[in-house]
Amino acid sequence: MIKEQGNFFYHHISDFGRFVLKTISGLGKFSNFSSKFFYWLIKPPLRYKLLIEQLYYIGNKSLFIVCLAGIFTGMVLAYQTYFGFKLISVDSLVGPVVAISMARELAPVLTGLIVAGRAGSAMAAQIGTMKVTEQIDALEVMGIDSFQYLAVPRIIAGTLSLPILSIIFLLIGNLGGWFVGTSALMIDEALYFSKLGEFMFIEDIIQGVIKSFVFGFIISLVGTYFGFNVSKGAEGVGKGTNRAVVWGMISVLTVDYFLTSLLVKIL
Amino acid sequence: MNDNQYSIEVTNLKKRFGKHQVINDLSIKIPKGKITTILGFSGAGKSTLLKHFLGLIKPDSGEIYVDKLELSSLEDSDLIIFRRKFGMLFQYAALFDSLTAFDNIAFPIREFSDLNNQEIEEKVNSLIQAVGLESHSAQKFPDELSGGMRKRVGLARALALNPSIMLYDEPTTGLDPITTKMVNDLIKKTSDDGSDRMLTSIIISHDVKASLEISDYIAFLEKGEIVEYLPVEDFKKSENPNVLKFLTL
Repeated sequence: MIKEQGNFFYHHISDFGRFVLKTISGLGKFSNFSSKFFYWLIKPPLRYKLLIEQLYYIGNKSLFIVCLAGIFTGMVLAYQTYFGFKLISVDSLVGPVVAISMARELAPVLTGLIVAGRAGSAMAAQIGTMKVTEQIDALEVMGIDSFQYLAVPRIIAGTLSLPILSIIFLLIGNLGGWFVGTSALMIDEALYFSKLGEFMFIEDIIQGVIKSFVFGFIISLVGTYFGFNVSKGAEGVGKGTNRAVVWGMISVLTVDYFLTSLLVKIL
Repeated sequence: MNDNQYSIEVTNLKKRFGKHQVINDLSIKIPKGKITTILGFSGAGKSTLLKHFLGLIKPDSGEIYVDKLELSSLEDSDLIIFRRKFGMLFQYAALFDSLTAFDNIAFPIREFSDLNNQEIEEKVNSLIQAVGLESHSAQKFPDELSGGMRKRVGLARALALNPSIMLYDEPTTGLDPITTKMVNDLIKKTSDDGSDRMLTSIIISHDVKASLEISDYIAFLEKGEIVEYLPVEDFKKSENPNVLKFLTL
């Protein structure tokens, strides 16, 4: 009995030890991967053609889903805020609430989650497939650094695309909020806009844009990292893609908290 | 042979992955301008050895000289440039699936030469002819090409920068007998194209019949060690029991 209990604890402690070691080793690998980006960022050549292709894929091709999510988020937010605010007779503040929460939180975070699901997964799948079909080895044998060729344009494109998509999300979301507020909830249009000007400041938008830059960088870094670390054929590509989405989203949500607590102090 | 007649010289190479000793005190000298095949069963360490030649894997101990250059002395950035002296035909050709056959062949030329578009087109067309690819296939994407055609495109791409060493990783695996013969003929033709450039060819294979037909030298690799390394005619007469077992398969 005592021996069995000893074995039980031994197995659990060794499992925990393995988990800790694996996590530390994974973090080390990821940090090493991240530092390679800064090394290759300043080393020519910057591949403009690939960068434009990625900007088109991550930015332009995500536009529809971002607009769709933006307009419905704005509309729903206006509705929910209105019914709460009406109880305390401050329904004229629906406009600023929609705009501020969109600018500071919802636009960068929801755009980040959408891009993590759409582009982060695609990055992992594309690079992972290239790895298992030896296309990455072919690049290396030709004397082309695969990180510089595949990861750098994607990470730059992700970092630049997300703030633009986030601003579009903000504009479309506010349009949705305004539409529902003035046409369905019958808030006076002049009041809606005057309150907006009274309560919303440029710092709110700057905070959202800074977050978007950081989220874009993290999502593309995570997507490319899991692509390069794919193993074991098609099954490995599937796992890598899945991890890129899950860890991309977790990173966005976690970093959002720390970034918010920092930005509210400095802005 | 004097030392200048070797493209690659490996001495006392050792490599371990975890508990598995993949390469075990391996030494080999690969002659310039000849076709050398490294034969062995799956898992014998053939592909690992090939990656050592390219500097893609660093050895635990031992030395590798390629054209008198010791690889461990090279920085990562120098290794990238060093690899341009190699051409490699991968097992499944490893063509870039987002590019057409033409663009796959043109890729290294666009990357590393100052040729204009017309010159690139001429060079690619001459490579297409050299590997016997039909011109209409050049505009197809890799998934529209047969296994044999993909190998031809892969070979043309590998030859695009006039390498001094060609590596072939299991070039005939998974191909039908006619395509296998075609690939073997291409390897032979590429190695001996009538020019005086002394192209060294190294083939990793477990295809005994093809190896005996096209090679000048054959090395037999077993459990990370070279157990036999002879000119092809002598290899056929080898009395090494492991080689005999392999030859009678």
